[in-house]
Amino acid sequence: MTDDKNLETVAPAGREPLTLINVREGLFGAKGDTSGFDGLIKAVQMPGASERPYGEWFDGVVDILTELLGDDVDAAIEYVVVDRGELTLYIAREHLLAVAQHLRDDQDLRFEMCLGVSGVHYPADTGRELHAVYPMQSITHNRRLRLEVAVPDGDSHIPSITSVYPMNNWHERETWDFFGIIFDGHPSLARIEMPDDWVGHPQRKDYPLGGIPVEYKGAEVPSPDERRQYR
Amino acid sequence: MSTDTKATGPIVEDPDVPEYTVYGSDWSEVADEAVRLGQQRIVMNMGPQHPSTHGVLRVMLEIEGETVTEARAGIGYLHTGIEKNMEFRTWTQGVTFCTRMDYVASMTQELAYCLGVEKLLGITDDVPERASVLRVLMAELTRIGSHLVAVGTGGNELGATTIMTTAFVAREETFRVIEAISGLRTNNAYIRPGGVAQGLPEGGVEMIRAMIPKVKEGLDELALLQMENPILKGRLKNVATMNLSACMSLGITGPILRSTGLPYDLRKAEPYCGYETYDFQVPTATTDDAWARMVIRMEECYESLKIVAQCADRLEKLGDGPVMVEDKKIAWPAQLSIGSDGQGNSPEHIKHIMGESMEALIHHFKLVTEGFDVPAGQVYQAIEGPKGVLGVHLVSDGGTKPWRAHFRDPGFNNLQALSIMAQGGQVADVVVAIASIDMVLGGVDR
Repeated sequence: MTDDKNLETVAPAGREPLTLINVREGLFGAKGDTSGFDGLIKAVQMPGASERPYGEWFDGVVDILTELLGDDVDAAIEYVVVDRGELTLYIAREHLLAVAQHLRDDQDLRFEMCLGVSGVHYPADTGRELHAVYPMQSITHNRRLRLEVAVPDGDSHIPSITSVYPMNNWHERETWDFFGIIFDGHPSLARIEMPDDWVGHPQRKDYPLGGIPVEYKGAEVPSPDERRQYR
Repeated sequence: MSTDTKATGPIVEDPDVPEYTVYGSDWSEVADEAVRLGQQRIVMNMGPQHPSTHGVLRVMLEIEGETVTEARAGIGYLHTGIEKNMEFRTWTQGVTFCTRMDYVASMTQELAYCLGVEKLLGITDDVPERASVLRVLMAELTRIGSHLVAVGTGGNELGATTIMTTAFVAREETFRVIEAISGLRTNNAYIRPGGVAQGLPEGGVEMIRAMIPKVKEGLDELALLQMENPILKGRLKNVATMNLSACMSLGITGPILRSTGLPYDLRKAEPYCGYETYDFQVPTATTDDAWARMVIRMEECYESLKIVAQCADRLEKLGDGPVMVEDKKIAWPAQLSIGSDGQGNSPEHIKHIMGESMEALIHHFKLVTEGFDVPAGQVYQAIEGPKGVLGVHLVSDGGTKPWRAHFRDPGFNNLQALSIMAQGGQVADVVVAIASIDMVLGGVDR
């Protein structure tokens, strides 16, 4: 969908580690459009890093985490985003286990539950194509925050946090199955939804939706992902 | 980790171990053969097509005699790629997809998804109160229906068909109201981003009020059938136990968690749709077993009926009014009404766009075919579904379709507990464990 030439123009070197969600071209997803909109190139980015104060209880949690991580904190927490009343911590994968351990065990953090891991594929975000998003839930303090780990497509290894949060066992299997993110240290990282011998990881953006064209009275309606559509 | 790990392959890959295919009737012959060969340990498949597996769940059991030494669940037989499909449809169309995940509690997914979309749009506070009350009403009716199916099929799997029929008769009463309001019994696509599809039909409040005693009657009958039933007690008490620490380590929520004594309910802990203004209790138990979960589900049905009654009062007081946000760039343009040939677009709306206003037609066409843009970003919205915490992770790239929609189905997470619940028990108790987890495979596999 996106070629490198366009990417360079919209993602200047040395940019903040913002997530580039998508680079959208044109308006209708078709080339040679007479509307004149097909030359349109738009880079869509995630909300950027937030500055202190983050508000609510967010500062307190980041402070405690900073204290617990000690010297590693700058390497561990890439940046903090507060958006729509939700706190997101972007974590470097090397430090994910330590962060998870602190989040669970410290009495002032006490995020007892990890509500799973959701994969997201951002093909345009060079070097950070695959994201793993962990929503953490604290029952004690009634809070929720989000950890996000970004890894490159060619080296999609993230340490498994099942040793800290055993509940993530199936969730990590699902994210491996759908996105091809390899969770190192998982006790049995097998496919869970797709058959064992399935090729490919279906939720990735480069994996087609599939489907067959529908023919009606001689006219053919293409399958959903082939249809001309608004973007 | 290795990519060769098999989840659904044979458990024993030793060519010397004999393998039998059994379909029930010739089971005794195989057992005799195993005894003759001096084998104690048998690996057995239960499902994927088994009446007690709530859909298509494969349970791999390693048994010694009647005792389960190892139980593993194999899922994925009902995976339909709903999340992937949602990436190719507009935000509004997404409702029709996610409602088909856990098809026993359809509107739970709709509610979580729509609250998520509204959070992304930043219009959470703009949703009219009437729409929020209708959402609560539908969520609670859905909860009653889901719990009745859980209790009913749970009884049916133990051979108590009357429990099932009684529960389903009561559930049908909730469906009558749901159908009159939304047009459909299940898979309603009723809750939409920005509000709900339509308001109450004529006589709606009276209909809701008339339903409450009927459902209560069914619940009472069900309670009479179950609560002092010695067979049911023998089958459920002290079976499939799971204590609080096991629940916490496996992220279990819903009735299973509450059966350990922790009153964790997102309707209280993190209220949405104005739940903090309703008067209801969160039932708990302390015995950690399948019996406690069944009792909790029954009690929750009574609590939900209390909420439904409060919704009826509020709807009566609120009277007529909008059930969609005012923003015409988001609000679904079509209005539905019931005609002589069933439910469809309202004649007034058709008259307006086809005969009176060209702009209204363009607006209708643009919103329905193109949809609305949702500002880029991500949100996580969790609600208390009948089966536990239902979470939705939504990512928008600023366009008219979700970049990613992920559902944390409570059944998917809770099914991980099957091994802990079933191991060390009898084969017959596996059925009880599955019923007390109460997952629906449509939601588990999505």
